[in-house]
Amino acid sequence: MMEFPEDVRYTKEHEWLRTDGTDAVVGITDFAQDALGDVVFVELPAVGTQLTRGQTFGVVESNKTVSDLFAPISGRVLAVNQVLRDEPELVNQDPYGAGWMIRVAPGRREEIESLLDAAAYRAFVASEQKT
Amino acid sequence: MVAHTPLYEAHRLLGPRWTEFGGWEMPLSYRSIAEEHRAVREHCGLFDVSHMGEIELSGPRAGAACQALTVNDVQRLAVGEGQYTLLCNDQGGVLDDLIVFRMGDQRYLLVVNAANAADDLAWIRERALGDPEIRDRSAELALLAFQGPEAELALRALTPLDLSMLRPFARMEGLVAGLPVVVCRTGYTGEDGFELLVDAGAARELWNALLEATTRREGLPCGLGARDTLRLEAGLPLHGSDMDASTTPLEAGLAWVVKLGKGDFIGRPALAAQAEAGVERRLVGIQLDEPGIPRHGYALRWNGVRIGSITSGTRSPTLGSFIGLGYVAAGAAAPGTPLEVDVRGRFLPARVVARPFYRRVQREKR
Repeated sequence: MMEFPEDVRYTKEHEWLRTDGTDAVVGITDFAQDALGDVVFVELPAVGTQLTRGQTFGVVESNKTVSDLFAPISGRVLAVNQVLRDEPELVNQDPYGAGWMIRVAPGRREEIESLLDAAAYRAFVASEQKT
Repeated sequence: MVAHTPLYEAHRLLGPRWTEFGGWEMPLSYRSIAEEHRAVREHCGLFDVSHMGEIELSGPRAGAACQALTVNDVQRLAVGEGQYTLLCNDQGGVLDDLIVFRMGDQRYLLVVNAANAADDLAWIRERALGDPEIRDRSAELALLAFQGPEAELALRALTPLDLSMLRPFARMEGLVAGLPVVVCRTGYTGEDGFELLVDAGAARELWNALLEATTRREGLPCGLGARDTLRLEAGLPLHGSDMDASTTPLEAGLAWVVKLGKGDFIGRPALAAQAEAGVERRLVGIQLDEPGIPRHGYALRWNGVRIGSITSGTRSPTLGSFIGLGYVAAGAAAPGTPLEVDVRGRFLPARVVARPFYRRVQREKR
């Protein structure tokens, strides 16, 4: 069963964002990892990088394809998940947990409010699957 | 329209991720590529490779026809033996790589790549000398690959055949799980293992028996994803990615297969001339010094100059390193040569390394 947890917000590019205190943690959704297949490499930005919403912040590669990662919000990268360097399969195994990608200090909090909630993202995925 | 093997329903029960390959819908993975890969390296894995083609040549001149069609020396084959070989065109380009088995005194079976099976058959019909009988047996035969260090032990429990007598590239005929099967000691994983030819109608029963034997040994059913990462670690080229009609066996590192001294065969004049003149490019193993996946078509640079490109690559599940195959100018083909791979505009340092990337350890038989 595809998972759409309620405690994160979503983008139409299939990233998720979870607020954690004043920070935001970002990864890709269960739907995204399933569509990619076995993830073999994740390229992430340097800590300190300033992201603009919608800008690519990295790349996720599976055996079959290469996909850009898009910043759900603007902000500064506080940390990246170094474990993915050796265990990229965590993105498949635990996309909303151990497979997280970057921790960001949000630049504009209102950007978070404009992200999709679980119900809206679930409906968006359903509409994409039909086409 | 995609084609399905006789095991399609058996796969569906296991709920795999699917992929399309050479016009066939095949399991990509059942669990994950990495887990299936590891199962084959440590225990055993079971693959459905029934999408591959089987073409039989028979008759008094079948041997001579195979000798003229393929680059290896068919005359070296006793009944029951097989060999890795190639079909080349008149320019020496590789139309396909295959295994030819001498099934009987005047009967040869060619096991060819799925994506090329129709073209191979047309080529063989057009170019076979001596009017042998040519039969496309692809639809009536299923092919299972059972690979890994424990494959022999697992298979022993299912057959009265003395598998210890079955040498690499040889075949035996007998019962496996009570079904008439041709067992070949061949594979595409870098491990010991077998490929089993069986009538399409009996494929499901054989699959089920082998799957049970596989799981009992902590093995897994494996899809085409693991098949690709396993063959890459073993440094084995894939036709259509690492070689094709525009590359010759001498360029692809397969000079050992080409027996120029055996007499005339299709492509011999071109290959003899190239052997004399030397090749301008070579397929080599490449290992990246920094993380990144080398993908088909990515440019390779040497001293800042483009000298070739990647033909396939992956993150090696066994070694954790980033490996690939690619063509480079002959002058840059020596192991240790420092290169750069253009990974979407980033030039990552890499080196030419000897193949295979992974070599199995010989173990005591338990």
